[in-house]
Amino acid sequence: MAVNGDIVRFDNVGLRYGTGREVLSDLSFTLHAGQFYFLTGTSGAGKTSLLKLLYLAQRPSRGAIRMFGGDVITLPRQRLPAIRRRLGVVFQDFRLVPHLSAFDNVALPLRLSGVSEGELRQPVADMLDWVGLGSRADARPATLSGGEQQRVAIARAVIARPELLVADEPTGNVDPEMALKLLRLFEALGRLGTAVVVATHDVNLLGKVPDCLIMRLDNGRLSDPTGALRYPPRREPAETRA
Amino acid sequence: MKVPPVFDRALRRLGGPANDIAGARVLPAARLGGPMPWVIAIMVALCVLAAGGALALANFTARAEAGLNGGLTVQIVEADPVGREAQTRAAKALLEGDRAVAEVQAVPETELARLVEPLLGDAARSSALVLPALIDVRLTDAAPAGTAERLRSALATVAPSARLDAQAAWLEPIFGAIRALRWLAVMLIALLMLASAAAVWLAARNAFDANRETIMIVHHLGAGDAQLARLFQRAVLTDAAIGGAIGLAIGGVTLAFLGARFAGLDSGLVANGAFGPGDWLLVALVPVIMAGVALATARRTVLSRLGRML
Repeated sequence: MAVNGDIVRFDNVGLRYGTGREVLSDLSFTLHAGQFYFLTGTSGAGKTSLLKLLYLAQRPSRGAIRMFGGDVITLPRQRLPAIRRRLGVVFQDFRLVPHLSAFDNVALPLRLSGVSEGELRQPVADMLDWVGLGSRADARPATLSGGEQQRVAIARAVIARPELLVADEPTGNVDPEMALKLLRLFEALGRLGTAVVVATHDVNLLGKVPDCLIMRLDNGRLSDPTGALRYPPRREPAETRA
Repeated sequence: MKVPPVFDRALRRLGGPANDIAGARVLPAARLGGPMPWVIAIMVALCVLAAGGALALANFTARAEAGLNGGLTVQIVEADPVGREAQTRAAKALLEGDRAVAEVQAVPETELARLVEPLLGDAARSSALVLPALIDVRLTDAAPAGTAERLRSALATVAPSARLDAQAAWLEPIFGAIRALRWLAVMLIALLMLASAAAVWLAARNAFDANRETIMIVHHLGAGDAQLARLFQRAVLTDAAIGGAIGLAIGGVTLAFLGARFAGLDSGLVANGAFGPGDWLLVALVPVIMAGVALATARRTVLSRLGRML
């Protein structure tokens, strides 16, 4: 279990690919249960690399990462799936399974966790309704528009009510109205105790979530405009975050 | 494709405690597809034939040895007919009086002449040709080891011209050659199994690479190695079941046909190789073993590929 609501803790984490320069350097921060975080930065700042560390697609080159109270760097890889099931991930390129319908894509995390077909049918249908795709449940990803695929990817990420939601540009392909609706969904998850990390370069989004914290990446280093790097993060007035 | 419950249970046991994700239809096809069932069918058919050959040879040697074990032949090699007759009587009396001997049968001279006639022609019936007297001896089942040696010594005192041979010894070189053939068949089966494992390894690796993107997604969503490996095992099992059934049918029919042809020779020697129910059961196990090899190979291949991912 996480201590004091800590979901994730990074200590002096650095990441380099191969023998190249570090793309992330000296990252130290905590993510708390129920908190909404925006991760911003220019293109190439390292947002996707940081998200990869968060959803365990990459191990850091140095430093320590604790998730849900355990050290995930030294954790044997056969125990990582159990951690991954506590995460929800919205990939920038959606990564829907092409031969599965929207319904089956959304149902995947529940099926992986062993939820029976009878138990998952209604929640998946409700979730698809919520993202406005109830009538497209049987559609394959190839027949969906970019925005529809993005909504399926989000529905898949949140269906199992993860403890940490990591979303890479989750509103990049949807209209402003749907973007706001999806942010409300993420906020609702936050109220249920999920730590939400949304990577975006859309500065308009930042002001739309009250009480959010902003983590800004510049050349692989985090700046701390809202106190997100502190233990625990300090909340700043809304005007300093915009 | 729905997998029969018996396979499903076997897979659950092989796959460990992780829950089954077959319902998630992560792989687009329920089989590895391609020529895999036919490759397995051919391998199973060849294994069945090799196993059938090995079993027939094993039966032949076992039954022939059982028939010959305990059989002795005494030859009285004496040119003088009177002396030969006297030594034959003495030897026969000695043998009949021995507790280790169950049966003693002197081979009539006419029978001897008939036996050598194909080799010597009419000369076999000539009085000028001296044939040794022959006595067939069958020992009791309880005869101790070394009985032949003891009898040989005893015969030397009453019939100095007597030569005693164990019948099994004559055919020992043949039995040795047959045993070598049996090992050859076993080696052939092992090589075929190895070739099948290589084919499955290649197919599983290709299937894994073809579905790598999907596997990566499911892996990031929290699928365990055992869960993913089981998907491939299921696909391989389906192919192995189809291929195994076809291969067993081809191999079994061929064996039955060959068995019928050999039985038609009406030779006691050939009949020694005939199959019993236990032999057919062993032959039927070939596709089961092949499926086991295929499953283990697929599992090992997929786990090895997954092990390269975080």
